[in-house]
Amino acid sequence: MTLEGFLLLAAALFAVGLYGALSQQSIVMLMMGLELMINGLIVAGGGFWYFLAPGAADGQVLVLVVVTVMALEMAMGFAVVTALFRAREVDLTDDAGELKG
Amino acid sequence: MTAAFWGLAVVSAASAVAVFVVDSMARATFALLTSLLAVGVAFLLIDLHYLGVLIILMMVMEMLIMAVFMIMFMMNPAGLTPMRMVHNTRIAGLVAGGVFVLLAAGALLTPWPRRRGRPPADPTHALGLSIMGPKMLVMMVIGVAILATMISTVVLATARGRYDPPPDRRTGEGER
Amino acid sequence: MSEAVPYGIVVAFPVALAGFTVVAAVFDSVVGAGWSWRAAGGPLREAARLLVQQRRRTLLPDTLLLRAGVCGLLVAAVLAGVVLPLGERPVADPPVGVVWFNAMEVCVWGAIWLTGWGTNSCYPLVGGYRFVAQGLAYELPHMFALITVGLGAGSLRVGEVVAAQSGLWFVVWMPVAFAVYLVSAAAMAFWGPMDRPVGSDIAGGVRGELSGPDRLVFQVGRYALLVVAAAAAVPFFLGGGAGPVLPAWAWTAIKTAAVLAGLIWAAHRLPAVRMDRFTQVSWLVLIPASLLQLLVVAVVVL
Repeated sequence: MTLEGFLLLAAALFAVGLYGALSQQSIVMLMMGLELMINGLIVAGGGFWYFLAPGAADGQVLVLVVVTVMALEMAMGFAVVTALFRAREVDLTDDAGELKG
Repeated sequence: MTAAFWGLAVVSAASAVAVFVVDSMARATFALLTSLLAVGVAFLLIDLHYLGVLIILMMVMEMLIMAVFMIMFMMNPAGLTPMRMVHNTRIAGLVAGGVFVLLAAGALLTPWPRRRGRPPADPTHALGLSIMGPKMLVMMVIGVAILATMISTVVLATARGRYDPPPDRRTGEGER
Repeated sequence: MSEAVPYGIVVAFPVALAGFTVVAAVFDSVVGAGWSWRAAGGPLREAARLLVQQRRRTLLPDTLLLRAGVCGLLVAAVLAGVVLPLGERPVADPPVGVVWFNAMEVCVWGAIWLTGWGTNSCYPLVGGYRFVAQGLAYELPHMFALITVGLGAGSLRVGEVVAAQSGLWFVVWMPVAFAVYLVSAAAMAFWGPMDRPVGSDIAGGVRGELSGPDRLVFQVGRYALLVVAAAAAVPFFLGGGAGPVLPAWAWTAIKTAAVLAGLIWAAHRLPAVRMDRFTQVSWLVLIPASLLQLLVVAVVVL
């Protein structure tokens, strides 16, 4: 168990999530990609806390914040999807282009 | 311990890949849950008992809410009809691969500083003291953010405006 | 978690859990038949029948997820139980045992939803959704009741929660939290008045399409979850193994049996809560009550 191990896992989760977020058309699947990316951040935060600075609680606070942000992200995301679907019956990213310049 | 960590890491990464490979949305959701739970269990290995269990608890709830929405919004939730819902996979794959190589190189090549301090006997206690003491501002901001999210999600998701009557008191065409 | 665990506990835990599960099923059958003791053999006969029954298949089931859900219910119940002390000490006493117990209860949601989804049938899926809604509504009061316990004890370790009650049981000075715990635990174990996820109005709900060994494992998991939920009230509110004359394990068993009997009796006496009403009960009654209780305990502790 090393810091490098944790960071490699974090990098892998982040990259897989990024692939999903970029390639999926459905907004629900896109949010799964975002969750995976945040999951990578959690792993990195925990690894940094344990292997670099376990004396201070800062790393733990960071992980706590990220876990909360993950929940908020999902709540907001689904609210936006619901509003979008109500207004225009759209659930694909390609169809939601109102803000396109 | 090391073997356990690598086992969990493989499970986590493999189920992360499975999220975007399987057809069924239910399977994708629960593959994502497996990935998150493996991370939660890995946290138990590095003394982060509270955060590990918290991740398990919160992620199960989150993924079930996700399951509800996924059936609401997907036209093919069980994956019974073959259908591809992806766009520019090649660029996405290249970008994701490049990011992974970059991050992995950074993780392996950076000369990390030496470990400062030792894990406290009770990390949960240390976390509690921290968020109720020097890091209280962080938690207060988070609290406000949660409140703002609650209000804005309700505003966004509800179909009814401020002066519309609730559905069971509506008369006329809405009545069933 | 790392210190050596006496082997006796590791053997005694599954035996005790299995024993209580059978007793719960038998007692439920007896009360359900109007206190007719001739119904006592019913659950065992049913178990034997299910063991040899051939599985009924639905169209295009997701077998992997179905099996994961059916087995997950039992696994989550067992994992929730390992932090509860049998007499002097539990199988595992992690520093955050109270949170662990709650997390494993939440894992049951996943198991139930998967079971409802996996059969690819309408009513089981409706049951699965009902349980998710019920779990979300009752998780908050449940969590607040458990936090009250942790606050009163000043620790999330189940062993220290029990030790903190050596003078006064928590049930005496946090009765509201105890009541909220019992109601929400029944909801989390989809038991009694809150059993609509497996209700007869939707043809058995989640377990409607289960047959043969699948159904047996599901039923065993359901009773095991009820036993664990009842047994958790003992270390959290009823002083654990404390009591005169008898040894700690005997008192734990007696108190568990009492809570369990109360829950089963209540299930047959109380009317079912209508699905569209119970979230209101939770949000408007249980959450404010448990928050007030939390405030009172916090003031007392400080």
